[in-house]
Amino acid sequence: MQLEAKNISFRYDNGPWLFKELNLTVNRGEIVGLTGVSGRGKTTLCRILAGLENPLEGKVLVNEQTISKREYHPVQLIFQHPEKAVNPKWKMKKTLYEGWNVDEKYLNLLGIEHQWLDRWPNELSGGELQRFCILRALGPKTQFLIADEMTTMLDAVTQAQIWDAILKVVKERNMGLLIVSHNPELIEKLCHRVIEL
Amino acid sequence: MMDASKIETQNNRQTNFGFNRRQKTIMIIVLASILLISVVLGGIFIDENRIATNLTARNLMPSFEYLFGTDWLGRDMFARTLMGLTLSIGVGLIGALGSAIIALILGMIAATMGKVADNIISWLIDLFLSVPHLVILILISFMFGGGFKGIVVGLMLTHWPSLARVVRAEVMQVRSAEYVQVSLRMGKSRSWIAVHHILPHLIPQVLIGFVLLFPHVILHEAAVTFLGLGLSPHEPAIGIILSESMKYLSSGMWWLAFFPGLSLLLIVRAFDSIGSNLHKFIDPSSANE
Repeated sequence: MQLEAKNISFRYDNGPWLFKELNLTVNRGEIVGLTGVSGRGKTTLCRILAGLENPLEGKVLVNEQTISKREYHPVQLIFQHPEKAVNPKWKMKKTLYEGWNVDEKYLNLLGIEHQWLDRWPNELSGGELQRFCILRALGPKTQFLIADEMTTMLDAVTQAQIWDAILKVVKERNMGLLIVSHNPELIEKLCHRVIEL
Repeated sequence: MMDASKIETQNNRQTNFGFNRRQKTIMIIVLASILLISVVLGGIFIDENRIATNLTARNLMPSFEYLFGTDWLGRDMFARTLMGLTLSIGVGLIGALGSAIIALILGMIAATMGKVADNIISWLIDLFLSVPHLVILILISFMFGGGFKGIVVGLMLTHWPSLARVVRAEVMQVRSAEYVQVSLRMGKSRSWIAVHHILPHLIPQVLIGFVLLFPHVILHEAAVTFLGLGLSPHEPAIGIILSESMKYLSSGMWWLAFFPGLSLLLIVRAFDSIGSNLHKFIDPSSANE
């Protein structure tokens, strides 16, 4: 059970190669950190791993198989800006239940209040929206989670609360977690090993 | 902070006659709808004899008996205007609705079904935009042999391109949004995304497009009718009333064009305010104000 990037290379148009023949593995139950200077392709790598972008060379395998684009992708990505990742014309309830039938206990775990469900996205704060985005990505078929600077814009208390909840779920369901962050303390505290891009 | 909000509410009170913004918006929608419905009902149920020729009451100025005056054949202009407005609203509604639906479908196909479809539809849009509306409209209604059917089909087939272009641009913007990509990775189909994610973003655009098309459609209907290729002259369309009264304007019978023209303006304005106020309710960023 692993998420594997095999010899992947990528560049935008005719720009310089962001990475060439890159290999990366994340096992289930493992928490891996990904760091690097801005503009080195961390986000692009995340998008490729989650199937949002195709690598120019090489391939991404989950449990040694390529993933069809038509079904629920076992690798889910959580974006840096939650306000862009929810449909502004949808009430939060619809956004939350888009992927799966969310369990009541997860609402409590992530600190989502019931009255938020009937609100529009522009009536919630970034931290509140991000909780919805995280919970939406935690469907039963999700095996790997990629957090692309997920808590960068949140205050310390909310960050701690959210990471605490995610670690609990990851441990309980034995999921793989890839954390992208510029914060060395966070990476050191949470991750089993670190990859530098 | 407190003072500022107090002043604002006071200002609001003064300009809105004591209603808050939500109440005011509802009031406008209701009033405009009542106006439209009463015009249509009046046009349908009015006595046909009111517009019968009555040579003893020719060329009368507006009075309480004949609100909009009478014309050179002694027909009551108020009754004619009502019936004409009903016909024009009908033609305008069907024409604008048809155009808006065509624009919505073609715009969505162009933006979601790949490059070939996009190229074909963009070429079609350019083609229709490069030829004046009127020319194609005349051609189409001539092919259908004139009359109500010909003009309505013609109006539908000629007024969609500008709105289709707006729809296409909007779809292209929404479909690259992060929440659409998330949705795709959750295994949702393209058609599900088109209906649930993209369509809600198009409703304001299409609604406003529809409202803006409406006066356009009515005026083009009048123009084609004026040229003798649209509705037949014995039907009291606003376009026909206006073009007929042109001849009598120079002899000082101003009421023949003034009142029908003014009513047309009122109807168009009513439509416009319904559209823009509905938009305020639909848009989440202003829906709770």
